[in-house]
Amino acid sequence: MSDEKNLVLQAADVSIVFGGLCAVSGFSCDLYEGELAGLIGPNGAGKTTLFNMFSGIYTPTSGQISFWDRRNDVHVINKMNPAQLNKLGVARTFQNIRLFGNLSVADNVRIALHNLRTVSPVDVLLRTPRYRRDEKIMSERTAELLELFKIGSKENELAKNLPYGEQRKLEIVRALASNPKLLLLDEPAAGMNPQETEELMNMIDFIRKEFHLTILLIEHDMKLVMGICERIMVLDYGRVIASGKPEDIKSNPQVIKAYLGSEAV
Amino acid sequence: MLIPGVCALVAVLVPSVLIHFSIIDAYTAQILTLSGINAIMALSVNIICGVTGQLSLGQAGFMAIGAYSTIMLTSSAHLPLAVSIVLAGVITAFFGFLIGFPTLKLEGDYLAIVTLGFGEIIRVVLVNLKKWTGGPNGKQFPTILTLNPAVAYLVIIGTLALLIILVQNFVRSTYGRAVLAVREDEIAANSTGIGVFKYKMIGFVIASFVAGIGGALYAPFIGFVKPEQASFTKSIDYLIFVVFGGMGSTTGSVLAAFVLTYLQEFLRFLQNYRLLIYPVILILVMIFRPQGFLGMKEFSFVRAFDWITVKISGRNGASRGKKHTATEEHNV
Amino acid sequence: MNTGSIFLQQLINGLSLGSIYALIALGYTMVYGIVKLINFAHGDVMMMGAYAGYFTLVALGTTASGSVQVSPLSLLLAFIAAMIFCAILALLIERFAYRPLRNAPRLNSLITAIAVELILQNTMRVLPFVGPDPRQFPTMVTKSFSLGPVSISNIQLVVIVLSALLMLALNYVVTKTKTGKAMQAVSYDMQAASLMGISVNRTIAVTFVIGSILAGAGGMLYATAYPQIDPVMGYMPGLKAFIAAVLGGIGSIPGAMLGGVILGIAETLTKGFLSSQYADAISFSILIIILLVKPSGIFGKNKTVKV
Repeated sequence: MSDEKNLVLQAADVSIVFGGLCAVSGFSCDLYEGELAGLIGPNGAGKTTLFNMFSGIYTPTSGQISFWDRRNDVHVINKMNPAQLNKLGVARTFQNIRLFGNLSVADNVRIALHNLRTVSPVDVLLRTPRYRRDEKIMSERTAELLELFKIGSKENELAKNLPYGEQRKLEIVRALASNPKLLLLDEPAAGMNPQETEELMNMIDFIRKEFHLTILLIEHDMKLVMGICERIMVLDYGRVIASGKPEDIKSNPQVIKAYLGSEAV
Repeated sequence: MLIPGVCALVAVLVPSVLIHFSIIDAYTAQILTLSGINAIMALSVNIICGVTGQLSLGQAGFMAIGAYSTIMLTSSAHLPLAVSIVLAGVITAFFGFLIGFPTLKLEGDYLAIVTLGFGEIIRVVLVNLKKWTGGPNGKQFPTILTLNPAVAYLVIIGTLALLIILVQNFVRSTYGRAVLAVREDEIAANSTGIGVFKYKMIGFVIASFVAGIGGALYAPFIGFVKPEQASFTKSIDYLIFVVFGGMGSTTGSVLAAFVLTYLQEFLRFLQNYRLLIYPVILILVMIFRPQGFLGMKEFSFVRAFDWITVKISGRNGASRGKKHTATEEHNV
Repeated sequence: MNTGSIFLQQLINGLSLGSIYALIALGYTMVYGIVKLINFAHGDVMMMGAYAGYFTLVALGTTASGSVQVSPLSLLLAFIAAMIFCAILALLIERFAYRPLRNAPRLNSLITAIAVELILQNTMRVLPFVGPDPRQFPTMVTKSFSLGPVSISNIQLVVIVLSALLMLALNYVVTKTKTGKAMQAVSYDMQAASLMGISVNRTIAVTFVIGSILAGAGGMLYATAYPQIDPVMGYMPGLKAFIAAVLGGIGSIPGAMLGGVILGIAETLTKGFLSSQYADAISFSILIIILLVKPSGIFGKNKTVKV
């Protein structure tokens, strides 16, 4: 077995400028298969902007982002849109939960299975056996995933009626349903109490192993970040100011200065 | 499929027989059939506004295209009426595709304004192409549907039933869910692998097709059509059905179309005061029951059947029916 | 008349028509800017202003048949009456139809606006002393002044000058007074404005009132220039004024002024050189072109959604 780890995502000197404002400047990183990395930094540092570039919502002004898909073919993804990237294997959650509120929990997950469909519009209109088969497969897979994360009993509830913690969970389940290779989690622990955060940490760990994923997450909750991330990148004013293992980052003076100001150093 | 199919067949066949033998009088038949046309238009509005989430104020424009197309195909191209109707629907869907391209790139209010604009442009063009459309006085088109109330009912309510079934089949499928996802949250839908513009367009084209069929049935039934049929005022009429019935609910939209068409007839004795009461009721509904009568809920034959069998057989022995594909149980 | 002079003449006609559109467009743009509502009933406020002026003139003894002339004084009184009437109407509509729906989804407010429009139109149709039939509006005797190859009538002069004065007054109110600044603040951020001590309800009401006063004046001017009024007279000018507001950038006051003039000129040029029947279609086409090319309009700003 080769010792060489496979790249999943590579950013080479990526920058993005909005009007006159440079939100991200010269960002580079190599993300390898199976890694669990964290992206931290003060508010407005450009973390979500980076995610938006990785998931196709924004196009970088300069630099190159490369992604290795499930068959290990490399693609330059700068100009791709989110749907294309999702098909290639990138899935994400959002800082402010974006569920399909008026649809059921099960439907939220089923929609992520959309690209597995084999039916044509005719099958759908006439309810052919192929349609029934497709629906059965999707329903089974949905039930499986929901059970795994213990929200199976809420299958038919409207997503908007779920309690906050479960909504966050559902968003992650939906992302997983599209069978991604890279999972981007944007502040998954936002608004959670310590116990929920603990559960989330276990969940993320579990996901990584069970689904063979690479995970990149943005977080402000240091306990979570330090607790599960193998590698941390710190962003401030659009630039990387530190990168390395949690212990190193914790004691890095630049990082402390960015968060707490220069007096704290 | 069996239960709704049987119900549809009964609802379509039985009254038309009754009309044929004058057990139901011609006046009532007229109202029922007109409600059917209105319901088809309400269906169209519900598809684009309720299901796809794009506020279109120009569906009447598509109806007019369907109506005039039918007349031209039958009178000038001498096609049989049934063929003209279907073809008119397809032509309208094509226009929907063309108009959708620039329109669906816009958001919210702007999209609403552009659809309004297109509806009015269609009206003005229809007024001005006198040679083809008969100008502001419209075109006469008496057919068997105008003369025979039983046939009219059969054809129009039959088409309504068929359209409802097809639309519901579409919505309760992976394609339908994709469209709903776009309605709920475009960015999340896009990030979940759904082409937002593509599915907006699908919803828009289907809605225009249905509106085209509505117009294609309207012209032969009423016996004439005028350019006013494309106006903003008419589009609003159809929008009101859907708002009352519940934006996003097929059941609500269709029911509201029947109820409100009947109500408008019923209130005729109030003459012009009817024109005042109607908008006042509208405002009251907007303030006190904005989600309309049914909100987004849908009547499901399967669930109703379940409910009835449970009630009949009491608490014991009622295993919860057969295991349904979960699609049928959503509030979709 | 050669093409050049037709062109110039239509420019003048367009400027006059456009000024009226501009006055009405200002109401649309201010209301949209502050509560994001397309006030479909606005065109009918203009109609109510015209009727208010009509009844004032009749009460003062002037008739359309010309037996008693319209004097500048009676016209002025009619103007004032129209503006006051529209102001009160605006207060009522805002308070009872729009304020309850301020936090509702946009569609609901839109439908309410349409309902208000229907109520205004149909009330006029139903009222025994009004009725659906058109009436002749008493107007001044037309006197034309020629400026070389073109002529301008006294009515057109009144329209242009009065509209300009009103727009200057509006500009002053919006930029130099406290109320105007409050209006700007609320249109940027309603919550922040209320936290700064601005009464949001009052500011919104004032916005509606000012917009309606302008519409009332516009209605009077329209009726003076095209002296036939009926309950649905507000529909088309209202729609066109709305297009003008979108053209100029909805939410932008200079935009509404410019958009109104452009649309008026486009309409008269179409009528002069192409055909009067297609004039309406041209106006709508302008709308669609603008929305496709630059939806935020001439002076509008593109908004980006934060993900």
